[in-house]
Amino acid sequence: MRTGLIARKEGMTRVFDEDGVHIPVTVLKVESCQVTDIRTKDKDGYVAVQLGVGVAKAKNTSKAMRGHFGKAKVEPKSKVAEFRVSDDAVLDIGAELGVNHFIAGQFVDVTGTSVGKGFAGVMKRHNFGGLRASHGVSVSHRSHGSTGQNQDPGRVFKGKKMAGHMGDVTVTTQNLKVVGVDLEEGLILIRGAVPGSKKGWVFVNDAVKRALPEGVPFPAGLKSDAKAPEAPAVEATNDDAAGTDAAGTQE
Amino acid sequence: MNTLQKFEQKQLEKLKADKEIPDFSAGDTIRVSVKVREGTRERVQAYEGVCISIKGQGINTSFTVRKISYGEGVERVFPLYSPRLEKIELVRRGSVRRAKLYYMRDRRGKSARIAERTTGHSIERREDKKA
Repeated sequence: MRTGLIARKEGMTRVFDEDGVHIPVTVLKVESCQVTDIRTKDKDGYVAVQLGVGVAKAKNTSKAMRGHFGKAKVEPKSKVAEFRVSDDAVLDIGAELGVNHFIAGQFVDVTGTSVGKGFAGVMKRHNFGGLRASHGVSVSHRSHGSTGQNQDPGRVFKGKKMAGHMGDVTVTTQNLKVVGVDLEEGLILIRGAVPGSKKGWVFVNDAVKRALPEGVPFPAGLKSDAKAPEAPAVEATNDDAAGTDAAGTQE
Repeated sequence: MNTLQKFEQKQLEKLKADKEIPDFSAGDTIRVSVKVREGTRERVQAYEGVCISIKGQGINTSFTVRKISYGEGVERVFPLYSPRLEKIELVRRGSVRRAKLYYMRDRRGKSARIAERTTGHSIERREDKKA
C-alpha cells in the first residue's frame, strides 16, 4: 500500500484528447509535499507516513508545530495529514513527493470536505418531495410529512430523515481516472468532479477497488526522480498527450 | 493569474497552434469543416450556416451555427477550440444588432435574411492586414 498525496483543488476545466474528445477534468495542485514524520509499528502500533504540503508563514505556525517541522528539517507546511502505508512503502523524513507519484490512466480515490450547505430542509437534504402546492396545504409546501406512527411506538425512530445541517462532511469519491499530470506545475488532472470547494485540501490515494497498474513508482514518486531524464516521467509531462489517450479509448 | 487560468492558457495555445480561427461574430455566415469518423475512416464534412451565438470564454467558448436544410432549420453547437474542427472559414459578414440571434428561429424566407456588413472596425482591420 503506497502513500497518497495531499493536493489542493484548483477548479474544473476541460481538455481535448487526440481524437478531439472533450474530457471534463478537475485540476489538483501539489505544492512542496514532504514527509514530515513517520509512524512505526514499535512506537505507534501502526505504520504510516505523515505528509505536509503547502507553504505556511513561520510566524503563523504554532510553536509546537514549528518544533515538529524543525525536527523533520522541512519548511512550515499549511496542511499535515497521515497516510497508512505497508511496511515496505515507508519513506524517509524530508523526502519530497511529486505528482509523478501518479501516472496517467490509473484510478484514484479522492477524499475531501464537501461544500457546506448550512441548515437545509428535507427537500434539499434528503430529496423529499415536499407537500402539494394546493388542496389545503398551508405554509408547509417544502416540509416533510409524517414522522412516524401513533401512541404505539409513541416516539420518532432514531435516524429519521429530517431537516438539519448538510454538507461540510468528509466525502470520498472512488475510482476517478487520472487523465494526466503536469510535473512542471505540479498538477494532477482527474476526470470528473472531486468533493470539496475550490482551494480546499483533498487527499488523493490509489483506488482501493482497482489493481495498481504497471509503471506506478513504488514506494512513492519522489520529486528528485522526476527531474532525472526518465522516459515515462517525461512522457507524462505532456499532460493530455499521454494521459487522455488512454481515457479516449474508453469513450 | 491563478493556476487554473495558467493551465487553460497553456491548453489554448496548444489548440490554437496548428490552425487559424477567424475573428467572426453573430450574424456572420461561416463554413465549418468537421472531422467525421466513419468506422475507421476519417473524412471532413463542411457545415455552412449563420452563426447565431457565441458563448463562453476561453477554452469553453462555443458557437451555434444555424442553417436551413431541406426546409428544416438545423442548428449545431461547436466548441470553438475543438480539435475535431479542421478549419473555420468566414464566408460573409452580417450586419446585426444583437449578440444572440435566437429570433432567427421564428423567421422564415425573406425575413430571415441578414444584410451584409461592409463597414466596421474588424473589416477595416482585415483590409489593413491584406494591404
